[in-house]
Amino acid sequence: MTVTALPTEEIRTLLRRISGDEKHAPSSYSTLDVLWVLYDRVLRIDPRKPDEPDRDRFLLSKGHGPAAYYAVLAAKGFFPVDWLDDMGGWDSPLGNHPDRLLVPGVEIGTGSLGHGLGVGVGVALGLRAQGLLEPRVFVLLGDAELDEGSNHEAIAYAAAIRLPLTAIVIDNQSATHGWPGGISARFPGWITSVIDGRDHDLIERALTRRHHDRPNLVVATVEPKG
Amino acid sequence: MRETFVETTTALLDEDPRTALVLADISGDAFEPARRRHPDRVLNVGIREQLMTGVAGGLALTGLRPYVHSYAPFVVDRAYEQIKLDLGHQDAGAVLVSIGASYDGAASGYTHQSPGDVELLDTLERWTVHVPGHHDEVAALLRDAARHDDRVYIRLALQENSRAYPDGGRLRVIKRGGPLVVAVGPMLDPVLEATRDLDVTVAYTNTPRPLDAEGLRALAEGEVVMVEPYLSGTSARQVAEALRGRPHRVLHLGVGRDEVRRYGSWQDHARAHGLDAVGLRAPIEEFLW
Repeated sequence: MTVTALPTEEIRTLLRRISGDEKHAPSSYSTLDVLWVLYDRVLRIDPRKPDEPDRDRFLLSKGHGPAAYYAVLAAKGFFPVDWLDDMGGWDSPLGNHPDRLLVPGVEIGTGSLGHGLGVGVGVALGLRAQGLLEPRVFVLLGDAELDEGSNHEAIAYAAAIRLPLTAIVIDNQSATHGWPGGISARFPGWITSVIDGRDHDLIERALTRRHHDRPNLVVATVEPKG
Repeated sequence: MRETFVETTTALLDEDPRTALVLADISGDAFEPARRRHPDRVLNVGIREQLMTGVAGGLALTGLRPYVHSYAPFVVDRAYEQIKLDLGHQDAGAVLVSIGASYDGAASGYTHQSPGDVELLDTLERWTVHVPGHHDEVAALLRDAARHDDRVYIRLALQENSRAYPDGGRLRVIKRGGPLVVAVGPMLDPVLEATRDLDVTVAYTNTPRPLDAEGLRALAEGEVVMVEPYLSGTSARQVAEALRGRPHRVLHLGVGRDEVRRYGSWQDHARAHGLDAVGLRAPIEEFLW
């Protein structure tokens, strides 16, 4: 494992500015390592020009608990780090669920679960319809979020039209009734892989691999929600 | 109206590379020639209305102008949260085009009816709502919607007036007389018949949202009757705001709030809800005199 690639001290400092305490170690954020690898090694997005038409798109469907997302965006320069100090406050652009109109780099406002994948399918189709074949589309979901039926409309359709977008499911076993048979079994027609959601090299390898004629699922397993 | 929608949207797809169409099987056959010419912009997601609306939101975020189409209960009622979040909350635009109106699907029962669609959209911000009263009004509304990125709902119906009023965006006076009766969309002909020998002003609009408040203030003298082809009282707030500070009485006529557990035709349901000429006459007369 190469967890040392996470700039632990910098991220710890940023997360502390959000949480205001020392209790939340970076490892307590289920999405943190995947988000870091995405923004550090995978996504082609310039923080100074977050609206470029040919940028890659990352859609955080799991809008709950966006502290790790904000910390990574701040670390990468999408907005000033002092925005982190008042998350959820009246004057803060950073809410407990992100808003695309308020935060540079945020592609969609989410919170209510089960919306990101459908919108992501539309984004991928819109880019393709305009001849923008280079940008990639990534959607991050939680395993409990998969309970929402709307996801399965998008999963089936993306497979049927062989749409090359990438869904990442962070699996911390928080779905109330679990996923007997595994999460991948719920994505028929997709190219699937299950990886250690803390191993940066594995995450990078899974997310940089391009599949031009099939949707791609990466299940990133982390510690069970405690 | 449905045929005009297919013709005009097909033409827009040919003319404007920004136009996209998202379907959930309904009208898929009618748009098949367009899909063959524009497979990347005519998208039939199958019977998945939540996805239909989510995809439209995603298309809009990339700069396209999506038209979204199904029966009213599926495009509005079923996908309400996607309309709220995948369009409104993202500040993304789309043109929702419904068929079925309040009770065109009378023989199919309540599952295929949507008398509350406009009221649902009234819970959200910045929706323009068009309710054309004649098929010759439809093309211009669809084409106007292609020129911007706002959120537009176009409600198509089987019921039509005998003539078109292409300038029906504002309140248009059809008959001048005493107290004001406003007829929305296909309610005009039954209102004209119901009030044929009554001393009233009849004004028409095919664009109830935003309601023409200036026109309403100019035409209303004290009493107003609103006749709408969707839930009765849907425009109560808009009328109250338009006439704020001025003594007035309003009668709202529209589809009743109780489910009519009968099948039949749209004419049968219009009669059951008191929205045919005979049914409109009595409450209007009683209210005004």
